[in-house]
Amino acid sequence: MPDATGLELIAQELRDADAASVLDTVFQRGRAVLIVDAGRVHGVLATLQEKGYGFLASLHGVDYYPDEPRLGVLYELLDMDTVDRITVKARVHTDSPRIASVCDLWPGANHPEREVYDMFGVIFEGHADLRRILMPEDFEGFPQRRDYPIGGEPVLFTFNEETNYGKWQ
Amino acid sequence: MSTTDYRKREQSITVSTEPAGQGQHHELMTLNMGPHHPATHGVLRLITTLEGEVVRDIKPIIGYVHTGIEKTCEQKSYWKVIPCVERMDYLSYYFNAMAFCGAVETLLGVEVPPRAQYLRVIHLELNRLMSHLVWLGTSALDLGAVSMFWYCFRERETILDLFEMSSGQRMHTRYFQVGGVFEDIPPGFARKLKQFLDDMPTRADQYADLLEKNEIVLARLRGTGMVDHDTLLGLGVTGPLLRAAGNPWDLRKAAPYSSYDHFDFKIPVGTVGDNYDRYRVRHAELYESTKIASQALEGLPEGPFITTDRKIALPPRHELATSMEALIHHFKLVTEGFRVPPGEAYYPIEGPRGELGCFVRADGSAKPARVHMRDPSFSNLQALAPMVKDAYIADLIATLAMLDPILGGIDR
Repeated sequence: MPDATGLELIAQELRDADAASVLDTVFQRGRAVLIVDAGRVHGVLATLQEKGYGFLASLHGVDYYPDEPRLGVLYELLDMDTVDRITVKARVHTDSPRIASVCDLWPGANHPEREVYDMFGVIFEGHADLRRILMPEDFEGFPQRRDYPIGGEPVLFTFNEETNYGKWQ
Repeated sequence: MSTTDYRKREQSITVSTEPAGQGQHHELMTLNMGPHHPATHGVLRLITTLEGEVVRDIKPIIGYVHTGIEKTCEQKSYWKVIPCVERMDYLSYYFNAMAFCGAVETLLGVEVPPRAQYLRVIHLELNRLMSHLVWLGTSALDLGAVSMFWYCFRERETILDLFEMSSGQRMHTRYFQVGGVFEDIPPGFARKLKQFLDDMPTRADQYADLLEKNEIVLARLRGTGMVDHDTLLGLGVTGPLLRAAGNPWDLRKAAPYSSYDHFDFKIPVGTVGDNYDRYRVRHAELYESTKIASQALEGLPEGPFITTDRKIALPPRHELATSMEALIHHFKLVTEGFRVPPGEAYYPIEGPRGELGCFVRADGSAKPARVHMRDPSFSNLQALAPMVKDAYIADLIATLAMLDPILGGIDR
């Protein structure tokens, strides 16, 4: 991990290139996070990739319900030479959840981006094949959002559930 | 019939010099493999585009065993999440639990006692051995070497017996807890483990004797499924697949966790990154894991096996009869669970298939607000298409076997 000073230096460098790119930095429990404007994520990641953070270890979505903007996309970058990790976080609104795809920088972002789209409904612009990946293709809604209820999916045996012998609650 | 007759007949067969699929009839055929197919190591569905016997394109379709574990985790208190995440990649349950516990421990800032760290290392390395044994047995089965399966599962059985001894369960043991492990190892465990670890290198030698002098196995593994190292990195591939391509990247060495820096072990690497190198790297890891487990057993420090912080770990059973405070802690932990201060953590460890990372977001309550596993199989599967492009469909089976995907981890 870069230390708190190192994180500020990286943030300053990114701000010098594009003043509106880095909104905030968080350094918590040894984890360095750059909070980046959603429209400028691609540029920031490209710069970081050139700086040595060449491996996209993970890409995941988070729902910060009820905070706005609700949806977060997190990129865990890794510098394999210095064994340094940095996290880039971008937040998008649910009414227009759009963010640039990074498949051109890391072809391996393909599956994780499809997963975030599948689970949270974030649309990755420029992704060649943005389809549901884990849920069935005719599924409606985005199940990992915090306001999506658990249970209640009708199955083959739902019609007589109430009168069923095994009904217990 | 003598061998020479056989060789003569073999040499009399003339093979066309025309590359397969390049003849007069160019016709692409779409062939569906799976999801119920014994060679896909689970419920993986592959849509292959074939030209003759040559694979021109491949699309994996996944999600058949998606059970929404990450969503389920958000409804459970932290210590109840551990059995859920263990069921993701069902061959590396200790690793899943380790990644999750590590992330929560980072958020809590809790110190894990040295004995617990060593006990974790012993179980992690036994789990790695077990996972590689299942891989070796089933992969050899795909290549037609049926007997390997029985030998590998014989050793796996011993490991599962050891797991049963230490935790009461053979799989999905819930042995790792936040702050340490659930119980100390029982009497007799060390002796049984030592016996197994002494035997294991000989067993691994036997596997090599069976496979590496087998012409069929060598012919099917050597020079197939080759992908260069930079493509693998771009696709997010880690673990034995990356090491087979010559990159000695291993988080146990690069960023040691749970006292891995105390042990002396080597990282096996390959040279060209074909299927044979993948086999060799994993096979060599059998010896290294045995070495690590032996060292951890020998140097097992005395002391508590779980943190003494009563706000996180359950008090010992005997205290409940005498201490009111212990009873209150026990009640609070079992009913509500412990609360974790708000924050986010990403905890990567080296799983049997690569970087296994757990992302946990805490919102200050007793339940996690988000749990996400970066499963290595999920990323590694993306490398299947470049590996098998323009290869024969028979090599696809061998490559998939050497890729070692676990669908429980991919679909979660």
